Amino acid sequence: MTSRLRGRHVFGAQNDERSVQAEENAPTPAQLNLTRLFEQNQERQQKNMAAKATEQPSDGQAKGKPRLLLMGQRRSGKSSISSVVFHKLPPSETLFLESTARIQKDQLPSFMDFQVWDFPGQIDIFENPTFDMDAMFGEIGALIWVIDAQDDYMEAVARLNITILNLQQTYPNIKIEVFIHKVDGLSDDYKLDIQRDITIRIQDELSDHGFENAPVTFHLTSIYNHSIFEAFSKVIQKLIPRLGILEAMLTNLCRTCRFEKAYLFDVTSKIYIATDSAPADMTSYEICSDYIDVIIDVTEVYGSWPRSDNYRGALEASPWSQKIEDQVASNWAESCIVLSDGNKPIILREVDKYLALVAIMKEDSYDKMPLVNMNVEVIVQGLKEFFDITKPK
Amino acid sequence: MADTESTTASMSHAPVSDVRNEVKKPKKKKVLLMGKSGSGKSSMRSIIFSNYIARDTRRLGATIDIDLSHVKFLGNLTLNLWDCGGQEAFTENYLTQQRVHVFSNVGVLIYVFDIESRDVDRDMATYVSIISALTQYSPTAKVYVLIHKMDLITMHAREAVFVDRVRLVQQKTSEYTQAAGIAGEVDLIPFATSIWDQSLYKAWASIIHDLVPNLSVIESQLGSLGTIIEAEEMLLFERTSFLVVSSWTSEEGQHNPTGDRQERMSNILKHFKQSISRFTGTPRNAEQFTLMEHKAGTRFSMFVCKFTTNTYLMVVLPPGEARFNSARFNCEIARESFKFLDGAASGPAQGQRT
Ligand SMILES: Nc1nc2c(ncn2[C@@H]2O[C@H](COP(=O)(O)OP(=O)(O)OP(=O)(O)O)[C@@H](O)[C@H]2O)c(=O)[nH]1
Ligand SMILES: Nc1nc2c(ncn2[C@@H]2O[C@H](COP(=O)(O)OP(=O)(O)OP(=O)(O)O)[C@@H](O)[C@H]2O)c(=O)[nH]1
Ligand SMILES: [Mg+2]
Ligand SMILES: [Mg+2]
Repeated sequence: MTSRLRGRHVFGAQNDERSVQAEENAPTPAQLNLTRLFEQNQERQQKNMAAKATEQPSDGQAKGKPRLLLMGQRRSGKSSISSVVFHKLPPSETLFLESTARIQKDQLPSFMDFQVWDFPGQIDIFENPTFDMDAMFGEIGALIWVIDAQDDYMEAVARLNITILNLQQTYPNIKIEVFIHKVDGLSDDYKLDIQRDITIRIQDELSDHGFENAPVTFHLTSIYNHSIFEAFSKVIQKLIPRLGILEAMLTNLCRTCRFEKAYLFDVTSKIYIATDSAPADMTSYEICSDYIDVIIDVTEVYGSWPRSDNYRGALEASPWSQKIEDQVASNWAESCIVLSDGNKPIILREVDKYLALVAIMKEDSYDKMPLVNMNVEVIVQGLKEFFDITKPK
Repeated sequence: MADTESTTASMSHAPVSDVRNEVKKPKKKKVLLMGKSGSGKSSMRSIIFSNYIARDTRRLGATIDIDLSHVKFLGNLTLNLWDCGGQEAFTENYLTQQRVHVFSNVGVLIYVFDIESRDVDRDMATYVSIISALTQYSPTAKVYVLIHKMDLITMHAREAVFVDRVRLVQQKTSEYTQAAGIAGEVDLIPFATSIWDQSLYKAWASIIHDLVPNLSVIESQLGSLGTIIEAEEMLLFERTSFLVVSSWTSEEGQHNPTGDRQERMSNILKHFKQSISRFTGTPRNAEQFTLMEHKAGTRFSMFVCKFTTNTYLMVVLPPGEARFNSARFNCEIARESFKFLDGAASGPAQGQRT
C-alpha cells in the first residue's frame, strides 16, 4: 500500500522492485505538471474538434456519490478551479487552458468518492432537450456557480437566477454555492461591495418569485491563494453526514491537549473536512496545508525507493535485534515542526489512506508531546470508527 | 548536465586541528554577476540570499550600474557580490573606464544568458568581450555559465536547447582563447536554471561549494557522524540561503533514484520558511523553525534541526524509534565539534546590503 505521507513499502518483497524503480525514474512534479498541461491541451483540442451536440452525461456507476457541478459563464474560471484544486496545476498555468467544449467529469478518489463535473460555459442546460435532468441533478451534492468578479456580472447573475428558479421547483434540496471568483487584485472594500450587490440581486429576484430562504451561499475566491480551497472545504463539509460529531471530536481534542486549532484534511485535495469550534482563519489553514505539502515532498524523495535485503538484515541485527516492524512506535505517519516564534509546535498525524489530522499547539509545548500523542491516538481511532459507520454501504 | 552526485567524503591527510584553523581564517571572494539586462541576475540573487519568492522578482527594477552586496556565509566566508546592471551603456563602461576596477581579483564570474533572448549573436559578442577582460585581469577566475529562464522552454525541448546553447558558448569561448593566444582553455561550468524550480539551488550550491574553504574536513566529520547514527543521508544547509554546503550519503542511500534531491530539499524547506513567516508575521530573513521531524511508519524517518549558529542539519534514517532518539541525541553532542563552522566571527550570516 502506498501513502502520500509515508511512501511505499521500502523494505518490501524483491519482485516489486522493478516496477517501483521504473515508476521512481518518473519525472519530478514540476515536469509532470508541464507534461500534463501539454497533454491536457492536446486532448482538449481533439475534443473540441470532435465536439458534437450530444452532451448527454451517462454514468450508471456514479450512483450515490456526491456530485459537485461547476457552472457559470465562459472564462469565469471553472476549469481553472477544478485543475488547481483537484489536479494540482500551478495557478499561473491556467492561462493556457482552453475553453471547455463538453462536460468534463472527474471521479476523485478521496475519503468520500465524489465527482466534479466541469461544464462548458456556453451551454444552457434548460434550453437543451438532450439533457437528462434527473441523471444530472438526482444525485447532486452541490451546484457551484462561478462568477468572474473582474468582469461585468449582470448576465451571469441573470442566468444564475433562472437556474435557481428552474431547479427549486423540481430539486429543492440542491445546495447552491456561488463563487464570486478572481477576487485577487481587488481591494477588500470592493470585494464586499460586489458580494453585497450580487447577494441582493439574487435574493430580490428569488423572493419576487416566492422563494424566501433559498439555500444559496456566497464565497469570495481566487485560485492564486488558499481561498479556493477554503471555499471547497465549506462546500464539502455540508455534504458530510453528521459533521457535528466530527467537529465535537476535534473541539474536544483541542481542549484536552490545549491545541490552538485542529484541522482534518483530505490529503490529496488539501480540502479540510472538519475543524474544531475555534474560528477558522486563513493563516492557520494555510500553514497546516503547506506543512502537508512539505511532508508529501520529503516522503516522495526518501520514502518511495526499495532498500536492499542485506540492508534490512543489517538494520534488524544487533544491537537492535528486532524486526523493522517491531522497531517503530507507529505504523502511521507522525510528524512535528517547532516554530521559532514562541516555540509553537505543529503536529501532523495520518488517519487513514486519505485523511490526516494537523494541529497547531500552544507555545512551548513540545515537552508535552508524549501525552499529546496518546490523546491524538484516541481521537484517530474515533475518527476511523466514524468513517466506518458513515460510509455509504 | 554538468555535475556529479556528491559521494562519500575522502579522508583528509592533514592533521585535523591545522585544517580547522585554516577554516577559521576569514575568506573574501569577489563574485561577478553579469549578463544582458533582464536576464535575471538580480532575481536569482534576491531569491537565494534575501528570501524573495519567485513572484516578487517581477517587481525588481533594472539595476543601475553595479549593486554591491556582502553576503556572510557560515561566518568565515564573505561573498562580495557584484550584481552588474546589464544595460549596454553600463556594460560598455565596465569594459572601458572601469575595466581594471571591475575585472581585477575576481574569484568567480557568473554569466547569465536569457534563453528567450532574440539576439543571440549580440549576446555572444558581449559575452566574449567580458571573457577577454576577465582573462586579462583575473586569469584564474572560475566561470559559471547559467542558461536561465528554462521554464519558458517546453519540457521536451529543454535538454536539447540547453546542450545546444552551451555548445555555442563553448565554441565562442575557445575561438576567442585561440585568437588571443591564451594557453589552455577557459573552464566553463554550465547550468540550466529557472527561478521557478529547484534548478537555481543546484547551480548556486555548486558555486558555493567551490568557495567554502576546506569542505573535505566538514564532509569527513559528517561521514563519521552518519556512520555512527546509521543515517542514510545527511545534508548541511546554510541557515539563510538554505543552500546545501555539505552532504554525506550512506552506501545504501546512494541507490536513491532521485538525483536532484539536494536542491529539492533546499527549495522545499525555503518555501516552507516563507509560509511560516506569513503565519507568524515575522520577517522573512528571521529564523523560522528549530526542529522538524517526520516518522513515516516502517519506511523511513527524518529530522531537520538547528545545528550550529549558521547551519541546519537534515538527517534521513531508516525506521525505528530507538534509532531515531539516539540519532537526535548524537547530533546534539556532535554539534560542539562542528562549532568551527561558524568561524571566528560567529555573527548571523545574513545578506547585508551596502
Ligand atoms: N486573476 C484570476 N484569473 C483567473 C482565476 N481563475 C481563473 N482565471 C483565469 O480565467 C481564464 C479562464 O479560465 P477557464 O478556467 O478556462 O474558464 P472556464 O470557466 O472553464 O471557461 P469555459 O470552459 O469557456 O466555460 C484563464 O485565463 C484563467 O487563468 C482567478 O482566480 N484569478
Ligand atoms: N520566466 C522567468 N522569468 C524570470 C526568471 N528569472 C528572472 N525572471 C524575470 O526576468 C525579469 C528581469 O529580471 P532581473 O533580475 O531584474 O534582471 P537583471 O538581469 O537583474 O537585469 P538588469 O539589472 O537590468 O541587468 C523579472 O521580471 C524576473 O521576474 C526565470 O527563471 N524565468
Ligand atoms: Mg472550462
Ligand atoms: Mg538587476
